[in-house]
Amino acid sequence: MYVAVKGGERAIENAHAWLAEERRGDTDIAELSVAQIREQLSLAVNRVMAEGSLYDPDLAALAIKQARGDLIEAIFLIRAYRTTLPRFGASEPVDTGKMTCDRRISATFKDLPGGQVLGPTFDYTHRLLDFKLAADGEVPQAPTRSGITAEDVPHVSEFLNREGLIEGAPHDDTPPPDLTREPLEMPADRALRLQALTRADEGFTLGLAYSTQRGYARNHAFVGELRIGAVPVEMEIPELGFAIEVGEVTVTECETVNQFKGSKTEPPQFTRGYGLVFGQTERKAISMALVDRALRWEELGEDFVGAPAQDAEFVLYHADNIQATGFLEHIKLPHYVDFQSELELVRKLRREAETGHVQEAAE
Amino acid sequence: MKDTVDEINPRKAWMSVLAKASEGRVAQLLDAAIARPEFAWLRAPEIGSTMVRARAGATGAPFNLGEVTITRCALTLDTGEVGHAYIKGRNKVDAQAAALVDALMQTDKAEVLRAQVIDPLEAEQAAAKAARAAKAAATKVDFFTMVRGED
Repeated sequence: MYVAVKGGERAIENAHAWLAEERRGDTDIAELSVAQIREQLSLAVNRVMAEGSLYDPDLAALAIKQARGDLIEAIFLIRAYRTTLPRFGASEPVDTGKMTCDRRISATFKDLPGGQVLGPTFDYTHRLLDFKLAADGEVPQAPTRSGITAEDVPHVSEFLNREGLIEGAPHDDTPPPDLTREPLEMPADRALRLQALTRADEGFTLGLAYSTQRGYARNHAFVGELRIGAVPVEMEIPELGFAIEVGEVTVTECETVNQFKGSKTEPPQFTRGYGLVFGQTERKAISMALVDRALRWEELGEDFVGAPAQDAEFVLYHADNIQATGFLEHIKLPHYVDFQSELELVRKLRREAETGHVQEAAE
Repeated sequence: MKDTVDEINPRKAWMSVLAKASEGRVAQLLDAAIARPEFAWLRAPEIGSTMVRARAGATGAPFNLGEVTITRCALTLDTGEVGHAYIKGRNKVDAQAAALVDALMQTDKAEVLRAQVIDPLEAEQAAAKAARAAKAAATKVDFFTMVRGED
């Protein structure tokens, strides 16, 4: 229960002024520009865009600056800004088969058309602190390799699909539900689950995905394919009646290949989990694919073994870090009246207990 | 009868090229090519969003991935041609330049603008893509099998 209380305005104003000063830090140190954050902390920017659910690197960088690097606070700022934007429409579904890949790897096939392209990855680095970065920012130019004609980069699942060894993802044009317009309600179909997962907290999604690997709703995932790159966004222009590309967005896509014993109606075959996230966000995309697969137990005729990652209500209602932080942090706001009544109750109970003891002793 | 597909496709192509241009580039090329004509706003530049959709498993049922900021505007030249712009991001000046070029591409200025705005933009965009692809290609793994000792 909240009660309107007057007072504290000056304290609040002064707190905010101090916050601004602390945000700036030591003024002998050069101030960070938004462009510097956008260019040099780009993976933080990507996370804020993915979980803020708004693709705009400049805004995400500004939010990170304003939030002093607190990424959940930055995501909060982006979500709040997003609600002020008029919605012009929806894009055609992006075709990730047309992605210009910076990175594309498969853990299931060594020699696949298009090859294993590592891209700008942390993989295979030694995870030793690089003190050269503390000294100067000079970097050598990345090597290039020319003479390679642009190859088609087909999805790995297509090869398995040809043999019928993996479940298909048949074309479908059902308009998807949108949890930014309608409250998230159970049961949630896969489209709604994927929307919730792609904007879900990275840490929460990672933890759930890890739990499936450790044996809670085990479905043994291989990364069939992981690709990062730019895809064109096509949108129908209502005034013109045809679609144009309005720009490109960078996304990370992960398709897992999972074991499946088969069911009464389906022969044994591989099944799929899917992750697609704004930006270069590999950990999140793999996590999303694992959790997506775990949540599909019902449509695949598997048993519910009581694992958290199988429980759509548990996963989807706790995955959003803005909802979670809002409810979590509200308990630090004044609850004076609530607490007064609790205090009264405890005093009363103690009085009753004491009188009881006295009575017992007398008897 | 005029073939509507022919009329639509080139416009779709140039509008897409204009939308993908880097900040300030369309205006720069436009102003270098011709003097800007008079125009009237049909819709002044406004910032909003579009919901980006994707497909489950890349090919299945669509789902909502998240929004992207979009700037749009529409204008009409004194000679009546209407130009539209829908571009990613929040740059009203860029949207205005893109809509102007879209309108002018429907006039007798089309040839000049094709040569001095659209073609250079397309070439720049292709070059940027190729440069990135060349870096990606350099990280492509060449597997080789070690010759094994037993035999």
